[in-house]
Amino acid sequence: MKVNEKIAVEHGLKPDEYQKICDLLKRVPNLTELGIFSAMWNEHCSYKSSRLHLKKLNTKGKKVIQGPGENAGVIDIGDDDAIVFKIESHNHPSFIEPYQGAATGVGGILRDVFTMGARPIANLNSIHFGSTQHKKTKNLLRGVVKGIGGYGNCIGVPTIAGQTCFDQSYNGNILVNAMTLGLVNKNKIFYSKAAGINKPVIYVGSKTGRDGIHGASMASAIFDDKIEEKKPTVQVGDPFTEKLLLEACLELMSDKSIIAIQDMGAAGLTSSSIEMASKGNLGIELHLDRVPCREEKMTPYEIMLSESQERMLIVLENGKEDSAKKIFDKWNLDFAVIGQTTNSKNIELYFEKEKVANIPIKFLANEAPMYDRPWKKTKLPQKIKFSNNELKKLKFNDVIKKMISHPNICSKQWIWEQYDHTVMGDTIQKPGGDAGVVRVHGTKKAVASSVDSSASYCYAHPFTGGKQVVCEAWRNLVSVGSEPIAITNCLNFGNPEKKENMGEFVECIDGINEASKYLNFPVVSGNVSFYNETKDKGIKPTPTIGGVGLIKDYKNLMTMNFKSQGNVVLVIGKTEGSLDQSIFAKVILDERKGPPPEINLFNEKNNGETVLKLIKEKLALSVHDVSLGGIMIGALKMCIAGSKGIKFNKFKNLINIYQYFFSEDQGRYIIEVDKNNLKKVENIMKKNSVHFDLLGETTDKEIIINDEPTFTVDKVTEFYKGWLYKYMS
Amino acid sequence: MNSSVIIFPGSNCDRDMDVALKKFGFKNKMVWHDDDKLPKSDLIVLPGGFSYGDYLRCGSIAGKSKIIQSVIDFANSGGLVLGICNGFQILTETGLLKGVLQQNKNIEFICKNIFIKINNGENKFFENIDKDVLELHIAHNEGNYFCTEDELKSLEDNNQIAAYYCGSDGKIDEKSNPNGAIKNIAGIFNEKKNILGMMPHPERMIDKSLSGEDGSIFFENLLKNLK
Repeated sequence: MKVNEKIAVEHGLKPDEYQKICDLLKRVPNLTELGIFSAMWNEHCSYKSSRLHLKKLNTKGKKVIQGPGENAGVIDIGDDDAIVFKIESHNHPSFIEPYQGAATGVGGILRDVFTMGARPIANLNSIHFGSTQHKKTKNLLRGVVKGIGGYGNCIGVPTIAGQTCFDQSYNGNILVNAMTLGLVNKNKIFYSKAAGINKPVIYVGSKTGRDGIHGASMASAIFDDKIEEKKPTVQVGDPFTEKLLLEACLELMSDKSIIAIQDMGAAGLTSSSIEMASKGNLGIELHLDRVPCREEKMTPYEIMLSESQERMLIVLENGKEDSAKKIFDKWNLDFAVIGQTTNSKNIELYFEKEKVANIPIKFLANEAPMYDRPWKKTKLPQKIKFSNNELKKLKFNDVIKKMISHPNICSKQWIWEQYDHTVMGDTIQKPGGDAGVVRVHGTKKAVASSVDSSASYCYAHPFTGGKQVVCEAWRNLVSVGSEPIAITNCLNFGNPEKKENMGEFVECIDGINEASKYLNFPVVSGNVSFYNETKDKGIKPTPTIGGVGLIKDYKNLMTMNFKSQGNVVLVIGKTEGSLDQSIFAKVILDERKGPPPEINLFNEKNNGETVLKLIKEKLALSVHDVSLGGIMIGALKMCIAGSKGIKFNKFKNLINIYQYFFSEDQGRYIIEVDKNNLKKVENIMKKNSVHFDLLGETTDKEIIINDEPTFTVDKVTEFYKGWLYKYMS
Repeated sequence: MNSSVIIFPGSNCDRDMDVALKKFGFKNKMVWHDDDKLPKSDLIVLPGGFSYGDYLRCGSIAGKSKIIQSVIDFANSGGLVLGICNGFQILTETGLLKGVLQQNKNIEFICKNIFIKINNGENKFFENIDKDVLELHIAHNEGNYFCTEDELKSLEDNNQIAAYYCGSDGKIDEKSNPNGAIKNIAGIFNEKKNILGMMPHPERMIDKSLSGEDGSIFFENLLKNLK
């Protein structure tokens, strides 16, 4: 087939991009070459709309061993231990085929982590679905949860935390973001940069099939009515083979035979071979007829573009082929020497002795398009004036019931009970806490991790929203008693060719960056997912932040459950009472306008550090950050977790009681303190200029507001835990 | 006491079991599925996981693996064999234990703490435990035990039911049955009671920082009974 502009456009390239390819090559590419260009130049692989802005991110820090640009980021946690982690999206495939889409999302991120020599120790995920009333939501949720569980459970890595959100903006584009943490000795990290010429290039893992061809291009396009036709572009996961690949790779990594290693993720063999060669400033020569294939008569084009899962590409030291092959034989995995590194600086492909492609690597990597797309600033919306009369009409018990059983607040136990969260025997904080926590095997240390997004805030004002998500991640890590170290981000947005969407992206990044710098909480890895749009309707801007923190002695883990009755409960941080963009405003008052809560980074940092000090000095009995649903929901969750009640203090001449209880002002925590320690706690707060309120006192079971008993904790627990089970049954 | 844990491709609780056995004083060795001989052992453990991917019936391929004949011989000569989760499934596939493990009634994977009422009659695994209700952890998709009426009768007549799912108070009822298992059965013995297969994972409950400590009671008691 002779290539022309029409075929190029069918490959997702723009006419001017096709022209650029012809100009660079000084000829018309053949079909295989065009396929390779389209795979490398699509949004998913080239970051062409985002690169310019991602450069601004704060990626440096004392504990950062590896920032963005590798398979995953790496941070130092002391004693030669390092944590490798990253979050990645698998949105488009998961909407088309939820089980396989989600499963291979988990598989892909696990590979990114063990490619660097780390044993995966925890999985997390953030999933967003359309309205609970939408006809597809239930099936998508069921399929995605089964897919995530099916993969993670089989491979034997605990899924320790996550986040689930429902909003109608995801009706046509769900989000599935998967995150993995791995543990590695910091002196034994493996990278993807090839070095040296005439080094054997090895293919290991599963055989190559026709699944997932053009997967990366599909993930770089918007959806229309014909999305069902795209099913064949979704990859099929095989967690068993991944488990074998994990063990085999870690076994091979225990000696010194690997020069570079890269998993075959998006754009398969194409991107993995080109990235390794490009980073090493080398050429690479591959003989495609040596690639183990699952199907007959696969063409070079198909072999290069397949996204079959559970495959790795390795550049080995000369002479290590036999010993390496033995390991892969033991694990019953394919092993083939398919080429070598060269000094040509080109990618040269052969098939049945014929040269089928020859492209200078810099054209595919460095010369990939980069756009400074036009973007529009979002104005800070006007504050809403809430009418006191309307608030007075509300009944407190009705409000509590509606809020605690709201899909975005209620317990997600139905989901996380389907994930193995205890395998590996080190999970000390399982799902349902502020962050998941696993011990560093065989040591006193533990690693905390959480994943967060706040699309409504980001939609209302992207800059504030971007800051807020980073702060939320920070707070979750503080709440379990860990010192926050670094973050990974998964940037899910609409169509970058629209200036509103591009503006949301740019300003969210600016917000993330500002908070990340101030809190010394650098971004070490991430991923961008654009074109989350169906028939002209895009999602709300949804940057997802995965945070990682360290607990030096796991015995100092802090939890959110109220411990016993008769203790004092405090709110740390100032409550301003702004209801704009709160769940209360949306659910109870049907008000969706207004600005998100303001972020004060000074208070954020100061409050968080003070909470950590209280935890360290063993003055806090339980800690929980205040987020969705404000103080009331925060306190109720602590009641539910500890099966205790609370008697709230009576409020005199304060702001309206609903504003006090349900505002989502930032930088706040609720803590439980022994009465005998209250003075000490107050002194520490005063010394650190931290604002606090006395919120109430824990009780046996009753939840008492204004001296009136409302519900018992058992009743509230029923509302909280029941909703999702009922919805899914 | 010497123990051996078999690693099948796809096993994923092998390390956890190794850690637990060593913690309570076993000298443990790991044995690869492709070996044909077992090291000298007082206890053989088939760990949890997804042996060979479990893409066919769970445990069916492991039940035909190279090492398994040695395990069968060891068991038939009276040696102590413990199968947890996938290990239990494998034991039913070999025929060493009766019945089958079907998909959970709610067709979902279940990971949570449960309680079991144990049979502390005459058997090396549970006798002498002072508690008869243990809080353990389950994590499985196919734990719904089933057998024929005749098999059930002989299990009952011969006191071969090793553990029942129950409430924290020891009450055996439908509410406390997590997966639909017939008669709330969580684990069974063979006739001679030298083989135990059960779905709950004691090795995940050996530290109060984890989900609980009742697994420790199990291992400590087992070691004592073997000495």
